[in-house]
Amino acid sequence: MKVKVVVTLKSGVLDPQGKAIQQTLNGMGFANVKDVRQGKYFDIDIDENDEQKAKLSAEEICKKLLANQVIEDFKII
Amino acid sequence: MNSSVIIFPGSNCDRDMDVALKKFGFKNKMVWHDDDKLPQSDLIVLPGGFSYGDYLRCGSIAGKSKIIQSVIDFANSGGLVLGICNGFQILTETGLLKGVLQQNKNIEFICKNIFVKVNNSENKFFENIDKDVLELHIAHNEGNYFCSEDELKSLEDNNQIAAFYCSSDGKVDDKSNPNGAIKNIAGIFNEKKNILGMMPHPERMIDQSLSGEDGSIFFENLLKNLK
Repeated sequence: MKVKVVVTLKSGVLDPQGKAIQQTLNGMGFANVKDVRQGKYFDIDIDENDEQKAKLSAEEICKKLLANQVIEDFKII
Repeated sequence: MNSSVIIFPGSNCDRDMDVALKKFGFKNKMVWHDDDKLPQSDLIVLPGGFSYGDYLRCGSIAGKSKIIQSVIDFANSGGLVLGICNGFQILTETGLLKGVLQQNKNIEFICKNIFVKVNNSENKFFENIDKDVLELHIAHNEGNYFCSEDELKSLEDNNQIAAFYCSSDGKVDDKSNPNGAIKNIAGIFNEKKNILGMMPHPERMIDQSLSGEDGSIFFENLLKNLK
């Protein structure tokens, strides 16, 4: 089954790309954009029919490789 | 003294490091990332470059490569490990060193000479070094060292900060911080000080024709300390 994972920087960690995107949006006229945080999205196809088992695998995958937990959080969606 | 330089796909300072190590008297071997055993070595070097094209996060894929378990075992048994630039990023990804190298604060690739102040010379890397301010070269997009407040405190308490970015006269200030690194940190040690990771490239400063020779001081001193 497919598992979707989003990895984002922890709040408080500087995100220069997000900041540049926010400033650009403000410059384009989107004056209401207060903050942008950039992240990564992964579509993972796991050979597993049990949703619970697939999500457990995904969690381990996130902890061991996809997210660096010093600065990043992950969410399995 | 025997050294080994690990080559990953995308490493590009491996041969510079090989030239530097040999110039100062190391018997150096190049080791492919897909090998699982290290040759007998007094020093292991993880070189600079862009291993695996910096995919996912700099150093993250190299940090899971086949040879890495041997490097971790070597480091944990007290062996000397030096990680330069991408090598530093790999060391943080393996967990051998604390923290992480984030994208430079100004979102620019920085390629220039800088100065670093050696902060701790009670270790094999810097013991008895003649100069405490060295002119070295940096070339990176992700050199902005970051760690949690607790980790920073433990780095400071255990004297694990190896070098700070500084001015030519050794002043550690915001102006001399090229990439936004927390506290101007250019390099750190592990707790036992047998692992050093740093962003600046000493191997690029070993010849007069390469804009400076402070890298020579580093390598000559390192060899002397290992003998």
